[in-house]
Amino acid sequence: MNFEFSDEQNLLREQALGFLQEHCPYSAVRAILDGDAAYDEGLWKQIAELGWTAVVIPEAHGGLGLSYLELSVIAEELGRAVAPVPFSSSVYLATEAVLMAGTEAQKERWLPRLATGEAIGTFALGEGPGQPRPQNLTTGATANGISGVKIPVPDGDVADFAVVVARSDTGDGASLVLADLDGVTRETVGTLDPTRSHARITFDDDAAEPLGADGEGWATTQRLLDRAAVLFAWEQVGGANAALEMAKAYALERYAFGRPIASYQAIKHKLAQAYVKNTLARANCYYGAWALDTDADELPTAAATARVSATQAYYYASKENIQTHGGMGFTWEFDCQFHYRRAKLLSVNIGSEATWQNKLIGALEADASVA
Amino acid sequence: MDFNDTPEEAAFRAEAREWLQANVPTRDELEGLDEIEASKLWQKRKYDAGWACIRWPEEYGGRGASPIEQVIWNQEEGRFSTPGGVFGIGQGMAAPTLMAWASEEHKREHLPPLASGEHIWCQLFSEPAGGSDLAALRTRADKDGDEWVINGQKIWTSGAHYSDYGIIVVRTDPTVPKHKGLSYFFLDMKSPGVEIRPIKQISGGANFNEVYFNDVRVPDDQRLGAVGQGWQVALTTLMNERLAIGAGGMGGGVGFRQVFNLARKLEIDGEPAINDRNVRAKLATWYAQETGLKYTGYRALSALSRGDTPGPENSIGKLVAASKTQDMASFAMDLLELSGAISDPAHAEAHGMYQATFMGAPGGRIAGGSDEIMLNILSERVLGLPQDVRVDKGIPFNEVPTGR
Repeated sequence: MNFEFSDEQNLLREQALGFLQEHCPYSAVRAILDGDAAYDEGLWKQIAELGWTAVVIPEAHGGLGLSYLELSVIAEELGRAVAPVPFSSSVYLATEAVLMAGTEAQKERWLPRLATGEAIGTFALGEGPGQPRPQNLTTGATANGISGVKIPVPDGDVADFAVVVARSDTGDGASLVLADLDGVTRETVGTLDPTRSHARITFDDDAAEPLGADGEGWATTQRLLDRAAVLFAWEQVGGANAALEMAKAYALERYAFGRPIASYQAIKHKLAQAYVKNTLARANCYYGAWALDTDADELPTAAATARVSATQAYYYASKENIQTHGGMGFTWEFDCQFHYRRAKLLSVNIGSEATWQNKLIGALEADASVA
Repeated sequence: MDFNDTPEEAAFRAEAREWLQANVPTRDELEGLDEIEASKLWQKRKYDAGWACIRWPEEYGGRGASPIEQVIWNQEEGRFSTPGGVFGIGQGMAAPTLMAWASEEHKREHLPPLASGEHIWCQLFSEPAGGSDLAALRTRADKDGDEWVINGQKIWTSGAHYSDYGIIVVRTDPTVPKHKGLSYFFLDMKSPGVEIRPIKQISGGANFNEVYFNDVRVPDDQRLGAVGQGWQVALTTLMNERLAIGAGGMGGGVGFRQVFNLARKLEIDGEPAINDRNVRAKLATWYAQETGLKYTGYRALSALSRGDTPGPENSIGKLVAASKTQDMASFAMDLLELSGAISDPAHAEAHGMYQATFMGAPGGRIAGGSDEIMLNILSERVLGLPQDVRVDKGIPFNEVPTGR
C-alpha cells in the first residue's frame, strides 16, 4: 500500500506553497477584486514560467510530461491561495479537451502555447439558467463555423480560444468545436467571484473547427468533466483548508467574555466539523487523483465522490469561517469573502453539488461490482 | 500511488491466507457452541500456531509482527466469518496497558492467557457520576496493609459477567484535584464483594453491566503505575479504546451497500426509489463519507507500510461512522414506509437489521467518547485550540460541586 504522494511531489507542494505565499497573498487576490484587471497577469506569467501550465502536456508538445499527481498538488495549492488566474479553464478544461479529442495538427497548434501560458483556453458549455443538456443547446454549426450565445464562460473574456459544446443532429446530440476567440463578440459579465472573470460570448457565424467526431461531443464532455472534477476538487480542498486555518487563527486571537472564542465548544466543534469534512474530502481526492492518473475504470465514481465531498467541505468551511469572524467577517475589509465567493463559484462552475451527487449514484448503478 | 503490497507484505499475506484457509473453524466444528466457547476454540487454535495477537512480542504470546503485518492479518482474517468479539477489550485495551505499565512478572503471567483466549478481561472505568468527565469517578480504594479495599459502583462494563479479570480506575485520594487522586489496578473478577447486574438497553439487549464493589480486596502488587498516577495509566487504555472503536467495532449492520440496494428495490411514487433526487443526494453524501473514511484508512496504512506513525486524521472515524450509521438506518426505514416499523426478524426486511441498527446506533455515538468529546479531542489535539474553562480545575475533588 502506497497511498501517498512521492517525496518529489511533496517537494513540489512545498515549493508551490512557498511561491504562492510570496506571490499570491490575499492582498494580490484583493487587488483583482477591487481593480479592473480580469486576472493577475503577472502571477499567470510566473506560474507559466514555473511550468505549472505545462505539467501534463507531453514533452513532444512542449510540456513537462509529468503526471496528474503533480497537477493535483498544484491544484490544491492554487485553491489554498484563491489564485486569481485562469488556470482551471485553461489547464483542467481546454488543455485536457485538446489532449483528449484534438487532432495532431490541433495539438501542435495549441499545446505548445498552452504549455508556456502564452495561450489561454476555456470551455464554453452553459447557455443560461439550469442544467446544460444536448437537447437545450442552441449553439450550432453554420456555413463558416458556429453561431450561438454562451454564458457564462469562465475566463471567456481573456481566453484565446474556446472549446465549445455545440448542438449536433447525430450521435449523442452534441459535438465539440474549437473556436479562435479573436474577433468574436465578448462581454465581461459580473459574477459572484470577481477574482475569476467570466464572459458572455456571442458567436455569429464565427470560424470554428471540429474537435473530435460529430455526435460524440456529449460523451467527450462527460469524460472531460470527470477528469476536471478531480482537479477542481483539489482546489476546493485547498480552499477549504485555508478557510479553516483563517477561522482558527481568528478564533485564537479574538476574545469574548474574557477568553479566546476558540475555547468555546460552540466554536471548537464547528471547526472540528470543518476538519472532519476537509479530511474526508482530501482522502477522496487522493483516490480521485489515483484514478485520474491511471485512467482507471473507476474514474467516474472516484471523480464524483471527490467532487461531492470537496464541494460540501469548502462550502461549510467558507461559511463557518465568516460565522467565526462574526460581524468583521461580513465586511469588505476582511479576507473571509474570498473563500465564500470562490467556494460557491467552484461548486457551480462544472456542475452543482446535486448534479454530481446524481452522477455519483449513476456511476455506482453502472458499476455492477457494488451490487 | 498504488494499492499493492511490497514483496515482503505479499509474502506475509500469502502465508496468512494459506494458514487461514486450512484452519478457520467450519460450521460443523462450531455447532452447538455458544459465543464464548466458539471464540475460545478459534483463539486457542490461532495461539498454538503463532497467529494470535501477532503484534505482541513472542515472550508474551505474540509473533513480534509489524503494524502493517497486523493490518494484513486483520484484512485476511476479516475475509472469513470468525468468532472472537469477547477478546476485544482484553487484547485491545487491557493488554497494551499491561505492556506499558505492569511488572515483567505480571506481563509473563497475564499476557499469554490473554493471547490464547484462556482469560477474558473487562474494563471498569465509567461510573454513574463519571462518563464524559471520566476523572470525576468516585469509587474509592483505601489502603489496608498490603491490600486496597474497593467500594463503589462502575457502569457500562461490557462482558463483566463472563470476564476473569478487570482493569479498574479508582479514587485513592479525594482531597487532591480530581486527576491527581486516581490509581489504577487490575483485579480478579471472581473476588468476594464483586456484584454484577446487567443493564437492559433500548435495543433490548444487555451488552453492558453495572458492577458493584463491596469491600473488594485487591493486592497492592496489582497496582499499575504509582499511587495517584491512575489517570496517566488510564490514558494508555483510552487511546487504544478509540482505536478499536474507530476501526469499526461499534454500530455494525447497516452499510452503504445495503441502503443503496434497498433503494434500487423499493419504489417511490411508482418509480424505483433510487431515481428520486432526494434519495440520490443522501446516498451520494453517505457514499462519499464512507469512502472518505476508507481512503483515510489507506493513508494510515501507507504510513505504517513506510514505518511511520499515522497522522491524526484517523481519529475522525468513529465520529463520522456512528452518525452515518444512525442516519442510514433511519433512512432505510423511511424507504420501507409502513414496514419500517417491523422489527420482528420473521417479518422484517433483512431480518430486522435496519431496526436493530437504528436502536443500537445511539450507543455508537456515546461509547468510547461521545460525539462531543471526540470533537473536543479533534479541536484540542489536532487543531490546537484551547481547552474549555474548567470550574473544577485545581480544586480538591471532595470540594467540587456535584449534581445528578
